Amino acid sequence: MSEGTKRPFSVREIREEFPALRQLIYNKNLIYFDNGATSQKPKIVLDAINMYYSKDNANIHRGVHFMSQKATTEYEASRITIQKYINAKKSEEIIFTKGTTDGINLVAYSFGELLSAGDEIIITAMEHHSNIVPWQMLCQRKGLKLRVVPINKKGELIMSEYDNMLNSKTKLVAVTHISNTLGTINPVKEMGAKAHAVGAKILVDGAQSIQHMSIDVKDMDCDFFVFSGHKVFGPTGIGVLYGKEAILDSMPPYQGGGDMISKVTFERTTYNELPFKFEAGTPHIAGGICLGKAFEFLSSLDMVAIQKYEKELAEYAQDMLDTFEGCRIIGEAKNKTSVVSFVMEGIHPFDIGTLLDKQGIAVRTGHHCTQPLMDFFGIPGTVRASFAFYNTREEVDKFIEAVEKSINMLK
Amino acid sequence: MTIEEKQQEIIDEFNIYDDWMEKYEYIIELGKDLPIIDPDKLTDDRLIEGCQSRVWLDAEVKDGKMQFSADSDAIITKGIIGLLIRVMNDETPETVAKTDLHFIKDIGLQEHLSPTRANGLASMVKKMKMAAIQATINK
Repeated sequence: MSEGTKRPFSVREIREEFPALRQLIYNKNLIYFDNGATSQKPKIVLDAINMYYSKDNANIHRGVHFMSQKATTEYEASRITIQKYINAKKSEEIIFTKGTTDGINLVAYSFGELLSAGDEIIITAMEHHSNIVPWQMLCQRKGLKLRVVPINKKGELIMSEYDNMLNSKTKLVAVTHISNTLGTINPVKEMGAKAHAVGAKILVDGAQSIQHMSIDVKDMDCDFFVFSGHKVFGPTGIGVLYGKEAILDSMPPYQGGGDMISKVTFERTTYNELPFKFEAGTPHIAGGICLGKAFEFLSSLDMVAIQKYEKELAEYAQDMLDTFEGCRIIGEAKNKTSVVSFVMEGIHPFDIGTLLDKQGIAVRTGHHCTQPLMDFFGIPGTVRASFAFYNTREEVDKFIEAVEKSINMLK
Repeated sequence: MTIEEKQQEIIDEFNIYDDWMEKYEYIIELGKDLPIIDPDKLTDDRLIEGCQSRVWLDAEVKDGKMQFSADSDAIITKGIIGLLIRVMNDETPETVAKTDLHFIKDIGLQEHLSPTRANGLASMVKKMKMAAIQATINK
């Protein structure tokens, strides 16, 4: 969809398109503030899932029959929709995966095959476990060194430390675009430029950014960008790894099987071209097609207005929470969005989360798969409210009332 | 009072609440009121690490009856622990090992005992039963 057809942002209108938001939980109107974990789905995606399995279901690629060709066309059209949305140069650079974790593991395994003992990989102190553990496994396998960029108390990367860590041995920097726990937006473009200056590549974990801001991989100049479909209003079990063509070409396949081959004999197998080289086996066809629908939906929205709206919503929630005595906001970066993590003095996050749930409010409590980050702040976990563009100020008001009620009960 | 009567007593207590928040208010009060473990027993070997809240459990046999004490850093978890201990304490190891703790489901708190819930309670119940089984073997 072209720039000109974007509709003005209206939260009321958008909510109409998300049926899951209209339900009672424990007899209360649902307030869904767990968007960092997964997003709800718009009608266009739900209809496409239904349509695919009711009518179009067929295995893709190489099928000679009508249904197979139709499914193939739609699956590949979705790849192009996503390519255009993130402004990748070619659709071959869009690899369908199971999700962010799968994409990172693919790179850790396959790009990792090109590395040798003594090489270094840089991650940061605010990474999700899925952007820590695959690198630890790779480092163990290949004898590499893992280095971690520290953060300050506000939850911002200490960039001078990053600069110092970069050297000729650095081969890859893997960094989250937006922290799932803190909401911090990292300067990935700057980090990429600095990585490139020493000959290293950069992988950006976009699991928490793609749904909140417009993404332009060309402008960002990242080598890899990974995200999950379900966090960006699409189905679960599907995600994307974007990689620069030349780098993907230089990497060996990750998994073997059907679809990823060009010719198989018992003596020797040659591999398929991009993107199929990295897509072994029957993929999540419905997921791929419906993720395309989610991006069609996103393309119709004014992401600049949405980013501003979500930031204001999160700031409003944060300001209101700040008025509670004993409330500590975790993550106070200057550049942050869409997430408010907090702890209340003397009260366990689990207790607040349980009581909010019984008031119809979905938040997440715990370590958010960022245990090293919790250790850094010296807390067992946080209560995290994470917003999407379909959330409202009225919902934040009700949330604040519910938090107050919960605190009074727990004190 | 038999273990079944104790379970029934708790079910009756919860029956007077028809609102979820009232139920939890009661659980929280139980959690606040109960000193359920000696502070010197809050040791790592008694710790059951849940994903969210942590639980400490101590089990011993006194005069042929199981004596449990436990604690948690989350007050709701602690309140539910209080209920579990009220039911399981002063019972023979055989009774503890074989009793179906149906009261949890009957008062609507089964979500807290699901293995995926990660508040340490499911592991705690398992450990209580294991301790009881161990006690029957040691007899």
